[in-house]
Amino acid sequence: MTKRKPLDDSPDWTFEKLDQYQTEIARVAAHYRLDTYPNQIEVITAEQMMDAYASVGMPIGYYHWTYGKKFIQTEQTYKRGQMGLAYEIVINSDPCISYLMEENTMTMQALVMAHACYGHNSFFKGNYLFKSWTDASSIIDYLLFAKNYVAECEHKYGIDEVEATLDACHALMNHGVDRYKRPQKISLDEELKRQKEREEYLQSQVNSLWRTLPIKEESADKKRKRFPSEPQENILYFIEKNAPLLKPWQREIVRIVRKISQYFYPQKQTQVMNEGWACLWHYTILNHLYDEGLVTDKFILEFLHSHTNVVAQPEYNSPYYSGINPYALGFNMFMDIRRICENPTDEDKRWFPDIAGSNWLDTVHFAMENFKDESFISQFLSPKIIRDFKLFQIHDDEKNSFIEIGAIHNDTGYQKIRTALSNQYNLSNLEANIQVLEVDINGDRSLTLRYVPHNKVPLAGSKDEVLKHLHYLWQFDVKLVEKKESGEEVEIGRCPPKATPVDKAS
Amino acid sequence: MANFIDRRLNSKNKSTVNRQRFIRRYKSQIKKSVSDAINKRGVTDVDTGESISIPKKDMSEPVFHQGSGGVRDRVHPGNDQFSPGDRIKRPPQGGGQGSGQGEASDSGEGEDDFVFSISKDEYLDLLFEDLELPNLEKTQLDKLVEYKTVRSGYCAEGVPSNIDIVKSLQGSIARRIAMTSSKRAQLKACEKELAALEADKHDHIKEVKELKLEIERLKAAIAKVPFIDTFDLRYRNYAKEAVPTSKAVMFCLMDVSGSMDQATKDIAKRFYILLYLFLTRTYKEIDVVYIRHHTQAKEVDEQEFFYSQETGGTIASSALELMVKVMEERYNANDWNIYGAQASDGDNWADDSPLCKKIMLEKILPKARYFSYIEITQRAHQTLWHQYQDVADQCGYFAMRHIRSVEDIYPVFRELFKKGEQSAA
Repeated sequence: MTKRKPLDDSPDWTFEKLDQYQTEIARVAAHYRLDTYPNQIEVITAEQMMDAYASVGMPIGYYHWTYGKKFIQTEQTYKRGQMGLAYEIVINSDPCISYLMEENTMTMQALVMAHACYGHNSFFKGNYLFKSWTDASSIIDYLLFAKNYVAECEHKYGIDEVEATLDACHALMNHGVDRYKRPQKISLDEELKRQKEREEYLQSQVNSLWRTLPIKEESADKKRKRFPSEPQENILYFIEKNAPLLKPWQREIVRIVRKISQYFYPQKQTQVMNEGWACLWHYTILNHLYDEGLVTDKFILEFLHSHTNVVAQPEYNSPYYSGINPYALGFNMFMDIRRICENPTDEDKRWFPDIAGSNWLDTVHFAMENFKDESFISQFLSPKIIRDFKLFQIHDDEKNSFIEIGAIHNDTGYQKIRTALSNQYNLSNLEANIQVLEVDINGDRSLTLRYVPHNKVPLAGSKDEVLKHLHYLWQFDVKLVEKKESGEEVEIGRCPPKATPVDKAS
Repeated sequence: MANFIDRRLNSKNKSTVNRQRFIRRYKSQIKKSVSDAINKRGVTDVDTGESISIPKKDMSEPVFHQGSGGVRDRVHPGNDQFSPGDRIKRPPQGGGQGSGQGEASDSGEGEDDFVFSISKDEYLDLLFEDLELPNLEKTQLDKLVEYKTVRSGYCAEGVPSNIDIVKSLQGSIARRIAMTSSKRAQLKACEKELAALEADKHDHIKEVKELKLEIERLKAAIAKVPFIDTFDLRYRNYAKEAVPTSKAVMFCLMDVSGSMDQATKDIAKRFYILLYLFLTRTYKEIDVVYIRHHTQAKEVDEQEFFYSQETGGTIASSALELMVKVMEERYNANDWNIYGAQASDGDNWADDSPLCKKIMLEKILPKARYFSYIEITQRAHQTLWHQYQDVADQCGYFAMRHIRSVEDIYPVFRELFKKGEQSAA
């Protein structure tokens, strides 16, 4: 490899230097077959970074007090020194927008560019979840549409009304995700056009659903048809399509919140992979540049210092411990895949016969493209990683007064730990499983939701507040039942509460 | 492939609207916090914002989520002592259970208050919301006493110092072009004809001579058009515009006789602070005159006003007389908006009180925008109060209130300046 004149390694960055580094990073990224959206790199100040935090990473957001609250919280913790700000924020859009903090040194900017503009960016473009659930090219348009639409509604119907609708939608945001259907890709203009059509169409549908004229078929009464015929897990979607008294603009707002929730859904499921992938590439790319002699010792030492901080995993009894660090787990797993490909041990050959000794670049790309955290861990977590992290599993059953060590990093434990860790990232186990069970369309129009507990975990107390929000949208009685192990369904919540006090033996 | 954008110069207050939404939503809680704060506030920090605290549970955003209990399996790193099957006592309150990945739940058990700062402006807006300066209308309509000179276009006449050279020369060029155009057209035609004749093989001596004469005549005529003419001159025009005066003076009158203890003075001070802050919202320039009195009145600085010890009897009229004197000397009622605030514990030499009423009605109130009297006492009202009550009945912008303790100040202040209702005292 020909040694080239190293790039300027003085700590202060300039746009000229950023561009030089970026060019080199892009060259190496292409060498490793990283396929990315075009990059739009924006340099921002700490205050602007706090703005970006507050809007949960959306470059354009509709106005709502919860973002103000987040901003104030961020500002407070940052000003008191309880929290540092991220070095970057990257947005899944096309072109891919990355925010770099003005205060970063040149080395940090290079790290961040390799991490965000090539690592995360290629993940957004390549991973199957993002490919099938989000549309990077239309998200900015959609957010703009949403912001303008909400602003217009505020203008027409008043801030309070819009705010109450948004509050209610936010409470149900996690239950506004389609898991089985693919959203369509449409442009802003089309979105506007369709919104108008939807508005008219929906209203007409709703009216016919609640038609007061009796239907002739009286036999239908015998076999009472359920509505919906099958339970629906996308509560917001159900509301949008079926809530009897919602105004057209409210339906559109429900839809907006639902869409945004859908947009973020893949990110929740790929935290470990996404960060691990980005760390793998900032590490690999910058080391590659170092090997080429393009960056100096000084540069690489500063880089390694930051890198090590990012991928550190405190142990369970450390005061800094707050769960498994997704950067650490992800980075080590991807590096481990490379090791398994390049220098497999006998153990690896036993555990990973299909990838041991294969081309590492093909394999990491394959892993990045076709998995989410849950499946990634259950597929690629190797015994070596379990040993390195000294992972152990704790079984905690409420019925016992103790907790039990289920498995540790030994031969009998590897498989158990792998399964347990994988489940730990399974969103369907983590989020409350609540579905729309039934609407009493012939009676009082009440809506019934059903909670099916996972591992007997009960629903948290906030449910009553959420029911109030749901009631705001549905505007008739809302009931929540829990399906017990015995199969019977017990009412655990209702809004508005029954007029007569109900005795609950509990 | 990459496009760099420097966003640092963009506005950094992208979250301002959201922040305002937040304050709007929690206004009632914040307002309570603000009004509590004014009572606890020291005098020296009138210019700072305020730190607000709201109970966290009031502003949580509920979502459906799993509670505690049930059966859980969790994986942790760093095993240093455990073997499979080990049983450990459950750590209290879910300790040792990192709540896993995903966003941190904000509906956790934390019961801390949510504390944040609001800026000085936000603080004042909340503090003085729904309040307005009494008698302000009159100020704006009647007292357009200050004039400002403003540019108002150009005019054809004026003094030489106001000549606008560019405008004048533009006029000159235009006039010259207009006045010479027909002659220049003739000149052009003649020159063309001359050139044609000269190019001809035959001699046209006579015609050429005549043409040359004509050309010279035209050139001279063009040259005669003057370069600049009085007609061209344009003068900058100025007009006087009346502006409502933005100056205000606030008279602080206080009884410092022996009966006024430091606690009472502090209460009075709070009232002055509020009034001062309130006035700063309306007026750019505010003078404060401190007049203290026992049997004699004296104009003093702030420090002495609030903190020096005095004893003796009380003659309130002396302070009013001094105020009238200062007003006559320094604060012409045509230029200044005059506000007065008098604080006392109600003690006054009984014979003096009617005099106070007279001065107030005849000399002070006709010139003042507003005068407020607060009596800080636990006891029954004395003569001064009763005399002033007569004044209040006669004059809409004289207000008086009774304050018993520090907590009363803010409510009383709000009451005094309540919007749209001119002092019902």
